[in-house]
Amino acid sequence: MSNVPLLEVDDVSIEFRTRSGVVKALEDVSFTVAKGEIVGLVGESGSGKSVSAYAAMGILDAAGVVTKGRIAYQGMAINGAKERDLQALRGREMSMIFQSPRTALNPIRTVGRQIGDVLRRHGGATRQNWRERAIAALAQVRIPDPARRAEAYPFELSGGMCQRICIAMALACEPKLLIADEPTTGLDVTTQAAIMDLIANLCRARGMGALLITHDLHLAAESCDRIVVMHAGHVVETGPVQALFARPLHPYTASLLAATPSPDRSLDDIGAIPGNLPDLRAPLPPCRYRTRCQRALEVCDREPLPALVEGKKEGTQGAFGPLHPQPTANAAGQLRSGDGSAVAPGGTGGQNPPHPNHHTVRCWNPLRTEEAA
Amino acid sequence: MQHFLYVLRENPITVIAFSLFALIVFAALFGPLLAPYDPLASNPARALQPPSWDHWFGTDQLGRDVFSRVLVATRLDLTIAVAAVTISFAIGSVVGTLAGYYGGLLDQAVGRVTDTIMAFPLFVLAMGIVAAMGNTVENIVYATAIINLPFYIRVARAEVSVRRHAGFVEAARLAGNSDARLLAMHLFPNILPPMMVQVSLNMGWAILNAAGLSFIGLGVRPPTPEWGIMVAEGATFIISGEWWLALFPGAALMLAVFAFNLLGDGLRDLIDPRRRT
Amino acid sequence: MAERSRLELIGRRLLSAVPSVFGVVLVTFVLTRALPGDPAVYFAGMMADEASIAEVRQRLGLDRSWVEQFFAYVWNLLQGDLGRSLMTGRPVLTELAERLPASLELTFVALLFAIGVAVPLGVLAATRPDSWVDHLCRVVVTAGVSLPTFFTGLFLVYIFYFLLGWSPSPLGRLDFLYFPPPHVTGFYTIDSLLAGDFETFRAALNQLALPALTLGLFSLAPIARMTRASMLQTLSADFVRTARAMGLAGSTVLWTYAFRNALLPVITTLGMVFSFMLGANVLVERVFSWPGVGSFAVDALVASDYAAVQGFVLTMALLFVLVNLTIDIIYTLIDPRVGVEG
Repeated sequence: MSNVPLLEVDDVSIEFRTRSGVVKALEDVSFTVAKGEIVGLVGESGSGKSVSAYAAMGILDAAGVVTKGRIAYQGMAINGAKERDLQALRGREMSMIFQSPRTALNPIRTVGRQIGDVLRRHGGATRQNWRERAIAALAQVRIPDPARRAEAYPFELSGGMCQRICIAMALACEPKLLIADEPTTGLDVTTQAAIMDLIANLCRARGMGALLITHDLHLAAESCDRIVVMHAGHVVETGPVQALFARPLHPYTASLLAATPSPDRSLDDIGAIPGNLPDLRAPLPPCRYRTRCQRALEVCDREPLPALVEGKKEGTQGAFGPLHPQPTANAAGQLRSGDGSAVAPGGTGGQNPPHPNHHTVRCWNPLRTEEAA
Repeated sequence: MQHFLYVLRENPITVIAFSLFALIVFAALFGPLLAPYDPLASNPARALQPPSWDHWFGTDQLGRDVFSRVLVATRLDLTIAVAAVTISFAIGSVVGTLAGYYGGLLDQAVGRVTDTIMAFPLFVLAMGIVAAMGNTVENIVYATAIINLPFYIRVARAEVSVRRHAGFVEAARLAGNSDARLLAMHLFPNILPPMMVQVSLNMGWAILNAAGLSFIGLGVRPPTPEWGIMVAEGATFIISGEWWLALFPGAALMLAVFAFNLLGDGLRDLIDPRRRT
Repeated sequence: MAERSRLELIGRRLLSAVPSVFGVVLVTFVLTRALPGDPAVYFAGMMADEASIAEVRQRLGLDRSWVEQFFAYVWNLLQGDLGRSLMTGRPVLTELAERLPASLELTFVALLFAIGVAVPLGVLAATRPDSWVDHLCRVVVTAGVSLPTFFTGLFLVYIFYFLLGWSPSPLGRLDFLYFPPPHVTGFYTIDSLLAGDFETFRAALNQLALPALTLGLFSLAPIARMTRASMLQTLSADFVRTARAMGLAGSTVLWTYAFRNALLPVITTLGMVFSFMLGANVLVERVFSWPGVGSFAVDALVASDYAAVQGFVLTMALLFVLVNLTIDIIYTLIDPRVGVEG
């Protein structure tokens, strides 16, 4: 049981069928969230972070189709599950909070009632006691005067307050997994910090797993255990937060880091990432970063993309091992075959991806150890 | 133009609307020439005959050919609607533009007037206007124009007031253009597309209104062929089963309104693809 | 929200209707004075000589200034004096009051029918885009606004009365075999039920069916269109996504979250629909010889009975103001945001 990750996204591709063509929103995306772990999903807007999260919750638009792979919550398949089963899961086992909290709440229903709706659905609250329980849920997210707030409508509250209410609602039934989609975007800076602290503390206190979606690398660095970097629907790099920030392997991660302003850096040093995300409706090269990459080689057109794992040297600080191909069936960038055995439910044998804490990259020409000095 | 063709291809319904529209305009222009019979010539020997080869739409109680009457009526019905819509368009765009541009007291006054017109059920107001001004075809036109006026004023006002301080307007103003020139050359072309959509959506409604007024006996007098009045005359015969007297003018009326409504929707898609519903 | 501020808002709505009422009265006054020719000559009749014309002019107050005349007009209105009908010789107010229930019964039944069909249709169309319901909705919406009411009415008569024989003859509110129920509300359906007379109730309903259907079909389109558009909007709204992410039951998401919010613009549209219906009423009443205010107004128009026509216009406009006011108040009660931004 403990071996099964809370959330497992395994080799998932998602397409959106729109009027102007098929958008290949996700391709071969894999990542996991373990119990009690906070995973940051970072990347530019449009890189597929939110799509991944919606797919994990099973709330994709009707136009979005999972064409390949498996999404599982504690071993139970999400894609292909019945809507009724998903409804029983959402809110009780896994919950989600969104950006722009003021529009994320029903404008003509008091916030207490909205929390009450969730509690009555999943938390066993009754017609008699939902109000007290909603107030208790509000108190949990440190909202002052919760009894009065419960009677308020979203338009009467600030953005930060609304996000607290969303968090209260999401956590009301004590889920094991929380997905937070850009929870602090649009809030002012001090509120951002407070909301992030609240989320991180509640997760730690309750041993919840969390997937934090953000384009803000600082935010991710402060709160997360592990980072998954996405670009144009691909996972390009994953790794523990310190390793990844200290030594990005993928050129895209490196430029993301370089593009992030920080107090100890002058504005001149901040490099913009050249080019735009590619059009996901057009035919795409195996590496979707190819056209923007300054390290691109001819080999980059080769298919499939390699998945490289950084070898770990025990006890050595600041030194990093060489990169070598991922030693599993699910590795080496295999694209559309041979994953039958690897994704068997609950199968966590040697065939599965390496320990999620390993630093992996999918690139033909990563930033190697020797070049970093 | 490319875009225009693209929209036509994507929207077969708009193509139908355009063809219907062309047909109606054609009938309005050449109807009197094409009519096989004199629309006013009665022939008691052939009264109330059902549709046949000789009389495609049958004959009415006086033996007049319904097809000829429906065809000839197109011009009158269309003229009333076009005249009314033109008046509302002309007055509405000027008043709306001025109100939107200058704002202030003028804007408030214009707002009051449009609100007051809108406070009436519009068809009822049209009845009242015709009753007060006299029961003539011209007054039907004026009444229809007045009840449509608020829509034009509002569209023009809204379009101008959002652009009043737009960059290109400020630039033209700094370049020394007079207000009049600014309004006519820079702002008016911008309000034209939404106004045209309004026009084509409104045409159908104007035709319906005018026909409705003549159905209850206002404006056009018998024996002039006009769709509304023909339906009214045919109504008496429906109960005894002579359906063709009312069906054909009614269907013509419906088709015309339908064509303009479809055209309006199509134009709206053409001009603003986002506002599709 | 405190109840007091809600009441205060409603009070403010009521006050905001005052300028509308004033405008309506002013326009009706202008229309009364815009009679072609000299009203005094007209009202004095064919055989009048100079002296009697002058007498009529003085009696009607036409020799006074416009401002004075306006105040006299308002004063008369306040006392319920809308003038006398030339056709019947009775006060216009009495004539209208007698006929208004017939028109209102027709309008309300039609509105109920339209809402009952259009709202579910719009909701279904929005929840199943590109399904047959959606296409049906689109056809109804486009065809519905193109249908001349008087024409639909006639053809319903042709089909259901002449061809199928299901409907009674389209003449008035009740077949001549029946007596009207004792007057309580003036609505035959309600009054007959109150009197426990089911036979008459059925007869009244039979008579009512076709005209109500005609009027209802006409108002179907705008309601269905608005419901569909507004449901599509709320279904893709952030708060519906949140509700789904919280695992709320499908029906809760659809009705409590999406539908209740979608209803707000629909309620606003009802005002416009009502305006159209009050106009279309005139045509429908004409087709079905319905003894309502519309028929009365048309007869008055043909007979050049101006006081009656203007009384009718004024009544309809005031009714419409009242309807808009009611809609505003309902909106204020439903939407907590009203009056906050303004």
